[in-house]
This record gives sequence, structure tokens and C-alpha cells, in this order.
Amino acid sequence: MIKRSFFKSKYLPYLLILPQMVVTLTFFYWPAIQGLSQSFFLSDPFGQKSTFVWFYNYKELFTDPLYLKSILTTFVFSIAVAFVSLSMGLFIASMANRALRAKALIRTMLIWPYAVAPAISGILWLFLLHPSYGIAALGIKKWLGVDWNPVLYGGDAMVMIVMASAWKQISYNFVFFMAGMQAIPKSLIEAAAIDGASPFKRFWFISFPLLSPTFFFLTVMNIIYSFFETFGIIHTITQGGPGGSTNILVYKVYQDGFVGLNLGSSAAQSVVLMSLIIVITFLQFRFVEKKVQYGG
Amino acid sequence: MVEKTPILDFFTYAFLLLGIFIVGFPILYSLIAATLPLEEVVKVPMPLIPGDQFFVNMKEAWSRGDLGTQILNSVIMASGITFGKIAVSMIGAFSIVYFDYKFRVVAFASVFCTLMLPVEVRILPTYEMAANVLSPIQALCNLLHLEGLLSWFTGNDITIDLNWSLLDSHSGLILPLVASATCTFLFRQFFLTVPEELCEAAKMDGASPMTFFRKILFPLSKTNIAALVVIEFVYGYNQYLWPLLVTTNPKMTTAVIGLQNLIPQADDLPEWNIALCATLLVMLPPVLVVLFMQRWFVKGLIEKEK
Repeated sequence: MIKRSFFKSKYLPYLLILPQMVVTLTFFYWPAIQGLSQSFFLSDPFGQKSTFVWFYNYKELFTDPLYLKSILTTFVFSIAVAFVSLSMGLFIASMANRALRAKALIRTMLIWPYAVAPAISGILWLFLLHPSYGIAALGIKKWLGVDWNPVLYGGDAMVMIVMASAWKQISYNFVFFMAGMQAIPKSLIEAAAIDGASPFKRFWFISFPLLSPTFFFLTVMNIIYSFFETFGIIHTITQGGPGGSTNILVYKVYQDGFVGLNLGSSAAQSVVLMSLIIVITFLQFRFVEKKVQYGG
Repeated sequence: MVEKTPILDFFTYAFLLLGIFIVGFPILYSLIAATLPLEEVVKVPMPLIPGDQFFVNMKEAWSRGDLGTQILNSVIMASGITFGKIAVSMIGAFSIVYFDYKFRVVAFASVFCTLMLPVEVRILPTYEMAANVLSPIQALCNLLHLEGLLSWFTGNDITIDLNWSLLDSHSGLILPLVASATCTFLFRQFFLTVPEELCEAAKMDGASPMTFFRKILFPLSKTNIAALVVIEFVYGYNQYLWPLLVTTNPKMTTAVIGLQNLIPQADDLPEWNIALCATLLVMLPPVLVVLFMQRWFVKGLIEKEK
């Protein structure tokens, strides 16, 4: 799209778009091409020589039980994070939407965790759930009778990173659900109320369906968040352990590439992740275009 | 809202308080821990009454973590990314929306394709790129056998070895994160809603494109810019993977990365009070930005993603 009235200039538009192009080419396209080509090569750890091996790296990858486990871990992790943070966000937003007093204060109290870095959220939750000092860990041990130890048990470590990741994301979801609810026409709610629908029914049959585009959008954003941005949480508190139980895909790319120096495999993993993102983005655009026009 | 529901209203506020408590508890708990001396922190359960060691712990955390340097690095990085992203995207979007030229569609499409491709999926090649920004030109030279050609031409042995490393520098922290399709989109969408008459009038009065940009478009974009400043500052400050890779020198590293050295490991003295003090200090700048610019923040978040 372009404006009906526009400027004519021979070199100015090129000059203006130049910085964007330079940065995009050097830091997006060139690395992407490099990564793609690297994934077809097998190189020795000293970077002396590399051999062209076609799809060997990919074949290795998808027959590697550790990688398959990492895929499973990532899916379990991201679904858990999305579920916890979405349900909490929706619940708090629907309550806050009903509140008439102290609206600004409530909003302020709920949105600030957005500014907390994932790694910091990790540290806070590590302290809460620390097997020897954490107060939440103490509660779990005492009341649930579980031998809680995220340093030793994979399942516990997973719960810990899910909590740390979901906690930070609640405020993000809250902001969007609030905006979505405020966009719902008041007349619909009032009409339903006159027809005798209770507040719960109004939420379930009017607000909730009308929020579905927001819901879908947030699910995608939460999954992308838990795929990538949670790197900081994993790196600060579990380092993929214990026993690879929290080794999600993006952490594995880092470990294999920078710690293990297996360049070909790491590049192949990057390409897999990249394709995954492209598929998700594509799905989102298609879905949003179809679904978002609900009128009103 | 529509009818009186006293019981439900009561539960609404009760649940809201509970929600605020859940959201705030990790910070509250850490804040208490940050005020206690070591022997109190390691007590099980930790006492929930604040102690008097807050400033002592703060001082210790500040010097041990070299927080002054690291927070400064983080702020430089965050401001650089914020400024860079907004400047680059704004003039880019101006070029795409207000000019007609051949390359326009290609430029737009190539930026569009990078949407949602986070740095995490291309870390290794981007790292190599940062280690030598001139590597594409070097590759081109090698491809064309320019070395041999020049040696033959001049009769001397000439080796082309282009090297410009961004590792362990502020520009290395900033530049790779400056490219942003989302900001370009936001500005493009906004520019498209600016009335055509403004541009026509400006042209009629003989304003040059840059005058129009400076005198009309820029003032109109002020709220959008404010909104993006909040979002991008938080984004830049909280970056993790990229600073972890490009910086090895502790003087260049960012605060969020540096925190990891302060977390007590299994064999260390469990000085959680110091670690949490540092954590709270590092957390402060972006939280303050969000709290003080809340109005723009909410607007920016929603407009950027939609």
C-alpha cells in the first residue's frame, strides 16, 4: 500500500530504507543462509575442514533419542506454560473487568511483572522452590507429602521452570484479555442480562466466545515465548538438568553449538526451529485473517 | 454493572486480592529475604518479618556483583536498541509509505519475511557474523578470487583479510537486535492512517519530503514513539541469550547475565540475601519504566502485537 499523494525523489527513498536493509541483510539473511548451508556440512570441532554430507545432520538429529526427548520436553513445557499463564491471566482479567473501584491501582499491581526479565523470574522462583530454603518447597513437602527436590528430580524441575515462566507471562495475558473484554460491546452484555442470563452465563456464552481471537493470538504468543524467551530461565536455574529433563530445543541448540561445538548439528537444529516458527507464523496469519472479523 | 450481585462482588475483590498476592508474592518474599542477615535467611522456615540488614546487603551485592558497571551496560544496551530500532524503522516505514520506487515492494517483502524470527533460532551464524561483520564481503572476495586477481594485477602478493569484530563491545550488544520488522509495521500502519490532505498541503506549500517528515509526521507519531520506547527498553534490558554469547569480558556483560554468578551453588555459602538484593536492584530499571509510563506501555503492547 502506498499513499495516494506521495513524494518523488531519485535517491532519497533508497537512502531512507538503507539502514533497515543493511541491518536485515547482515543480521537476518546472511546468518540464515549461513545456518542453512552449515546444516549440510559436517565439520570437525577445530573448524579445520568440513565435508558436504547432504541430510546427514538431519537424519542423525531425528534418530537421536536425546533430541526426540528434547522435542517432547519442549512441547510439554510450552503447553503447560500456555495453559497456566492463560488461565490465570483470563481469570484475573475477568475479575478485574468486574471491579468498579480502584481500577488503576489493580491494573498497576498486575502488570509490572511484564518488566521482569525471564532470568530474574527464574531466580525468584528458584528461591521459592529451593529444596532446602524455599518456603513454597516447605509447604509442598509438609502438606502434599512430596519429597520435593528440583535439583534431583526431573519432574520437579519441570514444575519449577513452568511456574517461573508462567508467572512472568500472566501480566502479558492480563493486558490483552483486559483489552479484549473492554472491546466487547456493552449492549450485548446488557441485552443478555435483561433476558435473565446470570453473570457466569454471560461470561461463558458472550464474553468467552468473543474473546476467541484474543485467545488464539495469546496461545501462539505464549508458545513462542516458552519456546525461545525462556532460555534465560533454563540457563540460570536448571541448565537443562537434571538429566536433560528441562533441556528444551533452544537450550539444546546453544549447548550443542557453543558448549559441544557440534556445528553441523546445531545448525540443523536452528533450521528446524526456524521452520517451526515459520509454520506457526503462517498459521497465525491465516487463522487471524479468517477468524478475527466477528463484527460488533 | 447491570444488576446488584453483592456476593459475587465480594468474591470478585477477594479473588483479585488473591491474584495480586500470587503475582506479588515472589517479589515480596525476596524483598524480605534481602533485609535479613545470612543466619536468618537459611533458617527453615525463613522468618517473614523484615530484618535490618537491607543496606548492608545492598552494599555487599553492589560491590560483589559489580552492579554499577553491569547495570550501566544494560542501560546502554537497552537505550541503544530502543533508539536504533525506532530510528531505523521509522525512516524505513516513511520510505515505504511515502515514496514510489521500484525497489519498494522488494524492500517491504524482505522486511516482512523477518517478522517473528527471533535471534534465538539463528544464534550460531549470527554470532559468527558478529565475530566478523565483514565476512560476507570477504566471502565475496574469495568467490571472485579477487586476491589472485589483484596479486596478478599489481605484481605483489596481496591478501585480503577483512576483519571487524563486534564481540565484547556495546555495538555488538546493540546492532544485531536493531532490525525489527514489528516496529516497521507499526509505523507503516500508523502512517497509512495519517490523512492524505496533510501530505498534499505540505507539497503544495513546497515542503521537501524531509521537512514533511520532521515538521508533520514526527510530531504526529509522538505517542507511538513513547509506546515503543517502553516496550523496546524492556525488551533490550531483559535480553539474555545474545549478551551471553557476545560478551566474555565481565566489564562488558549485562546485569541480567551477571546475576548468575551470585546465585549460591551447592557448595557455596548460601548467601541468598546478597543474591536477592542484587536481583531486586537489577530488576528495578525496567519495572520503573513500565510503572511510570503505564499508559503508553499498555497502548504500545497492544498495538505492536495486533
